[in-house]
Amino acid sequence: MTGTTPKIRIRDLHKSFGAKKVLDGVSMDVAQGTSFVVIGGSGSGKSVLLRCILGLITPDSGVIEIDGENVLEAPEKRREKLRSEIGMLFQNAALFDSLTVWENVTFGLLALHKITRKNARNHAGTILAQVGLDPSVGDLYPSELSGGMQKRVGLARAIAAQPDILFFDEPTTGLDPIMGAVIDGLIVDCVKKLGSTAIAITHDMASAQRIGDEAAMLYKGKLIWQGAASSLMNSGNPYVDQFTHGRREGPISMELRR
Amino acid sequence: MDMVLDLVARLGRATLSLIRAAGALALFAASGLSHIVRPPFYGRVFLSTFLETGFFSLPVVALTALFSGGVIALQSYTGFAQYHAQSAIAGIVVLAVTRELGPVLAGLMVAGRVGAAMAAQIGTMRVTDQIDALTTLSTNPMKYLVAPRLLAGLIALPLLVLVADILGVAGGFTVAVVKLGFSAPAYITATLNSLKAIDVTVGLVKAALFGFLIALMGCYYGYNSKGGAEGVGSATTAAVVAASIMLLAFDYLLTDLFFSQ
Repeated sequence: MTGTTPKIRIRDLHKSFGAKKVLDGVSMDVAQGTSFVVIGGSGSGKSVLLRCILGLITPDSGVIEIDGENVLEAPEKRREKLRSEIGMLFQNAALFDSLTVWENVTFGLLALHKITRKNARNHAGTILAQVGLDPSVGDLYPSELSGGMQKRVGLARAIAAQPDILFFDEPTTGLDPIMGAVIDGLIVDCVKKLGSTAIAITHDMASAQRIGDEAAMLYKGKLIWQGAASSLMNSGNPYVDQFTHGRREGPISMELRR
Repeated sequence: MDMVLDLVARLGRATLSLIRAAGALALFAASGLSHIVRPPFYGRVFLSTFLETGFFSLPVVALTALFSGGVIALQSYTGFAQYHAQSAIAGIVVLAVTRELGPVLAGLMVAGRVGAAMAAQIGTMRVTDQIDALTTLSTNPMKYLVAPRLLAGLIALPLLVLVADILGVAGGFTVAVVKLGFSAPAYITATLNSLKAIDVTVGLVKAALFGFLIALMGCYYGYNSKGGAEGVGSATTAAVVAASIMLLAFDYLLTDLFFSQ
């Protein structure tokens, strides 16, 4: 494998639900160790893109490669193995509400038999500390936590197995600006510490610039712009400009009806 | 002419969607069953579902059985007294309870209690992305959520029905002795004489099938629910209704299979 093989390589990805084209030929490269932010409006296909890479949705056509290996053509066992190297923070954390926080955090490790149940409680404490939570939180249930704490636990669960790749689905949605900044900070720390490759999808510009090295904008199922995350606010692309500055007038007309 | 074609087209669409739904359900059931026998096994999930299905359904199933046994004794007494055939009551009660009332009433109660809970829990997990989260954490949701529930239903319901059988007969006994003036030893002798192994066995086989169907419907509708709280609500309703109807339909089929000459 050469150093130039991107960690994640996507070519001409298509996915439709009925007559609605959600992904219409998406191609992107994410280099090893970079944080890639995908911005776009609600319903632009951001979540579907992540779910395709995760294998939760099967695309209609296209190529998804991880370390140069086409995930879509790999046998089921191999796909499970590749999937186990991806950690995912869901939009609403998606914590298992019937399990305690420590069981949530160590769920993946226990599933892969990387730790024993006996050691799991202590191990969860170490991971919780990495996201700024007291180990005593481990004995609570997710419903007893605030939104920000749930996000932290979700982050702890995503990084527990030290995955090569981390996905973040709108990590700051539903949080106040300060908590959003705190979560972004934790995400950057975790990604740097693990040396992971990250893809985040968001429509929070402040968050996109804090998390991302690179950025791209998804519009009507296509990536219409790609560049450095720092240039998001002055990209020169009229679509991106309208979106990042939140202007009502511009080339993007809001489709209020489907 | 157009109207006829339209009608045919609609009928065709309805038939196709029915076949598609039946196929999807069959595939779901086959996948769930296959995960019961393939490791890894989730004993912890199985145990908690088994407790919920079996142990915590005991009070409601016990009360249902007790009262139904009593009602059968009372009803058949008023009917049979006209023909001086009161002595048949013990036999009627034991036959009705072991063959039909035990499995069917316990099944319907468990469908309302446990089938609904399964659909609501799995449905909520679906709409809050918890099922997707399982997949990203190297855990097959069919194996983790569905297989243990199917197995729990399959094992727990026969045990519940065994309890229902005993209590149903006890209910009949109580009414017969306390209210209708039967002699206790005579009633017990008549009961034992009418008790047949085949009746109880077929009742338990029915129960196992019912338990499986209830869990299957709960899991299937929960697993495929979408659209937030409303979606989970309709999944729960659909699970209970479908389980109850299937249970009664299969009850007829099994009865026909085992008891019709």
